[in-house]
Amino acid sequence: MNTTVVILFLLIVASTLIITYFAAKRTRTANEFYTAGGGLTGWQNGLAIAGDYLSAASFLGIAGSIALTGFDGFFFSIGYLVAYLVVLFIVAEPLRNLGKYTLADMINARFDAKKVRGVAALSTITIVIFYMIAQLVGAGALIQLLFNIDYWLAVLIVGVMMTIYVLFGGMTATSWVQIIKAVLLMAATVVISFIVLSKFNFNIATMFTKMKTATPLGEDFLNPGVKYKNPLDTISLMTALVLGTAGLPHILMRFFTVKDAQTARSSVMWATWIVGIFYILTVFLGFGAAAFVGSEKIVEANAAGNMAAPLLAQVLGGDFLMSFVSAVAFATILAVVSGLVLSGASAFAHDIYGQIIKKGKITERQQVLAAKYASLGVSVLSILLALFAQNMNVAFLVSLAFCIAGSANLPVIVYTIFWKRFNTAGAISAMLSGLISALVLVSISPSVFSPTEGAAIFVGNPIFPLTNPAIISVPLGFLGGYLGTVLSGKTDFVRFAEVKFRANTGYRDK
Amino acid sequence: MDHAKQEKLEVEKTKFERIIETGKFKELMDQKKKFLSPYTVFFLLFYFALPILTSYTKLLHQPAFGDINWAWIFAFAQFLMTWTLVTIYMKKSSKFDKLAADVTEEFVKKEGE
Repeated sequence: MNTTVVILFLLIVASTLIITYFAAKRTRTANEFYTAGGGLTGWQNGLAIAGDYLSAASFLGIAGSIALTGFDGFFFSIGYLVAYLVVLFIVAEPLRNLGKYTLADMINARFDAKKVRGVAALSTITIVIFYMIAQLVGAGALIQLLFNIDYWLAVLIVGVMMTIYVLFGGMTATSWVQIIKAVLLMAATVVISFIVLSKFNFNIATMFTKMKTATPLGEDFLNPGVKYKNPLDTISLMTALVLGTAGLPHILMRFFTVKDAQTARSSVMWATWIVGIFYILTVFLGFGAAAFVGSEKIVEANAAGNMAAPLLAQVLGGDFLMSFVSAVAFATILAVVSGLVLSGASAFAHDIYGQIIKKGKITERQQVLAAKYASLGVSVLSILLALFAQNMNVAFLVSLAFCIAGSANLPVIVYTIFWKRFNTAGAISAMLSGLISALVLVSISPSVFSPTEGAAIFVGNPIFPLTNPAIISVPLGFLGGYLGTVLSGKTDFVRFAEVKFRANTGYRDK
Repeated sequence: MDHAKQEKLEVEKTKFERIIETGKFKELMDQKKKFLSPYTVFFLLFYFALPILTSYTKLLHQPAFGDINWAWIFAFAQFLMTWTLVTIYMKKSSKFDKLAADVTEEFVKKEGE
């Protein structure tokens, strides 16, 4: 570990703690804790969404995937970006208009049923836990590599930092950590991409020509099909990516931090530009790493290719750039896990404790206390899980989280807004059928069972052939909602009128 | 639920039912639907066309410009498509906002909120 890394690392830690200190003064009510008082502007929230979304998996994972598999690695970038059209067209504005702190609030604008709230909280918590373990395990492995410290210590450092931000600074601190991280990440990516491009004389055509011979894959590097050979599996993965984002609790929660639907909309616009430019640049990161680091060295550092971007930084800009990129990767992880803690805590403290157990009869002080205890609980639980999950496959956990989000949350959101006949039974069956089918199909998939020892969790033949079940489980979520509604036969057209009006106009009782 | 509360709830229920039957609200819904449905269908088709074409055909393996093949061009087109649709939506939505504000104003006036 060199001095530059340590200094940059301490700088990031110090500046985030200063933010937390100031944020803590502005975090007194539950509304301030969960949503930063709803006072973020469009560009601030757009940057924070980008900060939440560009996890270590996208920054380090996609760069590595492109470096090792060429075009197929780029599929992730495309899916993650186009997903924002689903968010913008279908989810963002009604969510802002109907909800308060959580997804369950939005669905309950129509039903006001404890069971619906309970199931929505359950699906949020499930997604948060899988996503969180993935981030923490990835973070542990990465920081272990970057700073040369033990895995458990790495997880503990990240865990303690995220707990401090959320516990003391709530959504305000979390948002600003995300904003700073997004700016740093963009700066690092732009600098590296610029140097890569300069090495190809600023000519994209030359870059592609050179890439044909730069890797062991030869011409295939530029063609689809290196990694994804099963057509249905590819399409299923793309389904999870494009539909999952609109159901991710920590992304949904960001829309409560702005004052109205217009601001929610402009934050999506900012996010699509930032996230989109970043994902375009992943091509330069990946190509650069493949050409100047070489796949052999990338695989040697980490089999999944996660070290491609830091190694590229070292080749191009020496120790300083490498240290900068490592520090940015660290900030990236901190920002994402803090957002996750908040969304998990809101499901426990607001949905389950405040609304179900206390039936909404809870004082402001109790709400804030509950939120803090829940944040602490979620943090400790996920740190413990991450310590035991060191050898879990991170990519599999992330794709599972996206898959559950698309299968359990998206159908119920769409039905709540658009379908007049939709009812309580339908809401519960939509969420449960999506959640259960995603979990069951993954547990019998090639990610869990593989005939080769060490390739998956268990040795054996997978019963379900696809790695990602979204192509089956998302339709099952919609089907479950339809059948639950039709078979139970109850209707509530009146509440639908209210939801339709509020969702489309932003009208709220004074 | 006591009687008075029940009654109030029923009055409230009907006021929302009344407002969504008004011409202005229907126009807002119509305009939104006219815009969002075709664009949503379009972007989903455009998006899934990429993995379908790359998985089942070799069409996109053909070179487009120099050594850049059509798969990359189509992939970059997804980015342009996303940004274009976002920009169009941002323009269009100011019209929705105006209609929505009108409807809300009418609602508040009528129902004496």
